[in-house]
Amino acid sequence: MQKIQSVNEFVVRFANVNGTGSASANLMFAKALFRMGLPVAPRNEFPSNIQGMPTWYEVRVSEAGHLGRRGGGPDLVVAMNSQSLARDMRSLLPGGYFLYDSTKPLEPEIVREDVNLIGIPISEICLREYEDPRQRQLFKNVIYVGALAALLDIEFEVLKGLVKDQFKGKEKLIIPNIYALELGHQYASVNFDCPLDIRVKRSDKACDQIMIDGNTATALGALYGGATVCGWYPITPSTSVVESFMKYAERLRINPASGKKNYAAVQAEDELAAIGVAIGAAWNGARAFTATSGPGISLMTEFLGLAYFAELPIVLINVQRAGPSTGMPTRTQQPDVLACAYASHGDTKHVLMFPSDPKECFELGAQAFDLAERLQTPVILMSDLDLGMNDHISAPLAWDDQTRYDRGKVLNAEELDEVERFGRYLDVDGDGICYRTYPGTHPTKGAFFTRGTSRDHYAVYSELGDIYVDNVDRLNRKFETAAKILPKAEIQTSKHGKKKKVGLIHYGTTAVAADEAIELLEAKGLAVDSCRIRAFPFGEEVAQFIEDHDLVFVAEQNRDGQMRTLLINELEVNPKELVPVLHYDGLPITARFISEQIETHQQGEPAKTSTLKVASR
Amino acid sequence: MSYQKSSFRHPRLPVNDLGLTQQAYEGPLSTLCAGCGHDSIGAAIIQACHELSLPPHRIAKLSGIGCSSKAPTYFLNKAHGFNSVHGRMPSIVTGANMANKELTYIGMSGDGDTAAIGMGQFAHVVRRRLNMLYLVANNGVYGLTKGQTSATADRGSKSKKGEDNLLEGIDLATMAIQLGATFVARSFSGDKNELVPLLKAALSHRGFAFIDIISPCVTFNNHPGSTKSYDYVRDHIETASVSDFVPVKEEITSACPVGVTCRDICLHDGSIIRLQQTGDDYDPQNRAEAISAVEHHKAKGEILTGLLYVDPFAEDLHEVLETSDTPLNQLNEQALCPGNDVLQVINDSFR
Ligand SMILES: Cc1ncc(C[n+]2csc(CCOP(=O)(O)OP(=O)(O)O)c2C)c(N)n1
Ligand code: SF4
Ligand SMILES: [Mg+2]
Repeated sequence: MQKIQSVNEFVVRFANVNGTGSASANLMFAKALFRMGLPVAPRNEFPSNIQGMPTWYEVRVSEAGHLGRRGGGPDLVVAMNSQSLARDMRSLLPGGYFLYDSTKPLEPEIVREDVNLIGIPISEICLREYEDPRQRQLFKNVIYVGALAALLDIEFEVLKGLVKDQFKGKEKLIIPNIYALELGHQYASVNFDCPLDIRVKRSDKACDQIMIDGNTATALGALYGGATVCGWYPITPSTSVVESFMKYAERLRINPASGKKNYAAVQAEDELAAIGVAIGAAWNGARAFTATSGPGISLMTEFLGLAYFAELPIVLINVQRAGPSTGMPTRTQQPDVLACAYASHGDTKHVLMFPSDPKECFELGAQAFDLAERLQTPVILMSDLDLGMNDHISAPLAWDDQTRYDRGKVLNAEELDEVERFGRYLDVDGDGICYRTYPGTHPTKGAFFTRGTSRDHYAVYSELGDIYVDNVDRLNRKFETAAKILPKAEIQTSKHGKKKKVGLIHYGTTAVAADEAIELLEAKGLAVDSCRIRAFPFGEEVAQFIEDHDLVFVAEQNRDGQMRTLLINELEVNPKELVPVLHYDGLPITARFISEQIETHQQGEPAKTSTLKVASR
Repeated sequence: MSYQKSSFRHPRLPVNDLGLTQQAYEGPLSTLCAGCGHDSIGAAIIQACHELSLPPHRIAKLSGIGCSSKAPTYFLNKAHGFNSVHGRMPSIVTGANMANKELTYIGMSGDGDTAAIGMGQFAHVVRRRLNMLYLVANNGVYGLTKGQTSATADRGSKSKKGEDNLLEGIDLATMAIQLGATFVARSFSGDKNELVPLLKAALSHRGFAFIDIISPCVTFNNHPGSTKSYDYVRDHIETASVSDFVPVKEEITSACPVGVTCRDICLHDGSIIRLQQTGDDYDPQNRAEAISAVEHHKAKGEILTGLLYVDPFAEDLHEVLETSDTPLNQLNEQALCPGNDVLQVINDSFR
């Protein structure tokens, strides 16, 4: 029988029923590997449901640091869901390992010849050991983690440490949990040849890293960035941004003297109101944000137009999920690029930022407030479900204590005294950004009417054509300023020799897969440069990258190649020069997918039709 | 209109405690139709703010879209204004109020802006008990879009084209009482004597104050058969109680007129709403009674005006959320940013 052999490079897939307490056990598994210094990438595949449906948790271990979804099937399956046994058996790679609860024998017709079965009578052990039916269920999860420790050679001390950390303050639970781990460990050690041919070994590759989900990092960014007012309405996968913000703010934003809160989070009646709260607060000089996902973005568009036209600095966090409509609410995509770039009626454009890992969620999340206030316009942080809701290995978060918030061009009472006549929409500096005042600043100067209607330099309503044109042209000028101050795209070059220059543009969570794909291609002798877009409007370097390459692929996670469209539209690129690589089945894009698409296209050259129609798997 | 408003003022115009004449509270010349009820509301707001000696620049005026929502342009020139989008002023003012608890917030809306497109936001700003004054200039019609029937038009009321309104009218005042507003009144733009003291009391109230002001649209809803015309309202008005507003400083000197029974309601700042009892002994601190009184008069074809309900000591949203005493928009890095050391501890919790 073939057995997959690998140290520190494999994929384990857990199949569970949701609502059975498996999540914390699975996390313990991932975290144990992480604490052994190994780069890991755990990902949840969960349904839009609270209890009773199948869920999967896939952990990729990669000492080489490849942390995108690998695809192609797992090396080891922990099959704890009787409903999905057949499917889970099919998913396994040949030579893989199938850990299942052998209390009930497997149906012979689902059993594959080319995989290794590891039957552990978990239910039976629980029935013997525990009285309480709830415990019987919960400890099943801990038992398989214990078994995996023996099978994969996970340091038992590390697991014990995790249990102790998890139950800090509930010490009574520590011993029973360690006991359950031991039950599993012992059964596996006695009955199988441990460790298996796939296993882990301590490493130093993830030593100073942290393991954190993007939404928590984004929330910390908002907290450190000085956000004080948040309007919100729950929607997966964005809810945990606000929940984390509140969790940390309850500890870190309390006035030491009065015990009162230095923030206000208002749970609104819908997304219209949620963004309205942020806009009202921003108008009044507070740093304000809201977080949402697809359907919420649709509802917010009228207000986004107001904030663009009335020039109000809000931060909108969009944790994207698969659309259209309710789409696949618990699956990931990058499907809102165009909807956000041009949200609302009339000639509107918005500043977008694309974080690709938790550290960037934190940094861009904080920076978004500076940029919004500097540019006096909404800034939309484009995260996604994969980044937001899954734990990722990331460099530790850091904050420079010398940082001062850039509150932008705001006149205070003394400064108002010095200006002869205040004009809210006078472009004094020629960068398209005018001076604003907060309500209540000065007894006689600086008051004006904020509105979504056309107005002159002094904020007086006007429908005169030339005044309108002057104003909207200035807004364009402001956008040019934005392109200069936004985070630059990250460009990586490889050695090309004399061959044709190939480039790959990507953004957000496509980055991990893209970086690995470039390595895969390099190994096959194909050099590819990359350009990771971090913001819209695009800086000059993006146009330059396209110009510098003979062929450019744009890899992204939506059906219509939305970033490619935006590039074509904004940079006036010939569409033939940008080849789309599109993945949109709701699971994160993989390196294999990108590299295969690029290779196929290269071999089939010259493919004049620039569309690679992609049925993803 | 192209002509300028005269800025000439008599030198001996009365000044308030801040030394300001009423002129300091005015705005540019209105572009609403001559005789529009909304302008009378504006005039009453100017008078009320002046008499209360509110610093004009410490007021924020917010609105949605409609003729009524345009009206704030024409009063309180020194105050910042925000003319937002149709039906969404409540969320904007919520955010504004969260950012700075020290300003006085006046939200001005219409019956379309509030009772139709903005109904959801209205209901929720009421139940949030935001500290603000919310005014609906209620003309039973969409003025700005030229005369469509609105959701507050009474059943049986006739449109300008002569069509009967067959649907039930929404009563925003009883709704506000049910949803938890802590100051609710109804008034008429044509009755300044009633409206100004109500505005003063509402502006002094801490919490959500709501006044439904019947404000006739002379252009689209002032004809016979309309129940929101000047003539109809004058003929059918019934006062719950005549109220007077007694500011803190006059509390000791002002007395109830001889031969009248008065009920004094003390507000949280020490000022008083003095109600002269009319025929029946109306108790505006009883929620259920207030609702039944409105319904009772409606059944008789009457419009009950005056202070309908007040709860002077209820918590407002800032108290519920326990926000800091310093307005949030005045906090700096020191109060807001926990610093790198704390961040390193947070990092450790993710290892
Ligand atoms: C989203 C949206 N829908 C429709 C309109 C058009 N509109 C402008 S004002 C108005 C009705 C206003 O009625 P009301 O609030 O009663 O104000 P009035 O003009 O009667 O004072 C409508 C429907 C709009 N501005 N925005
Ligand atoms: S149309 Fe009616 S509501 Fe509008 S300004 Fe004229 S009178 Fe007033
Ligand atoms: Mg109206």
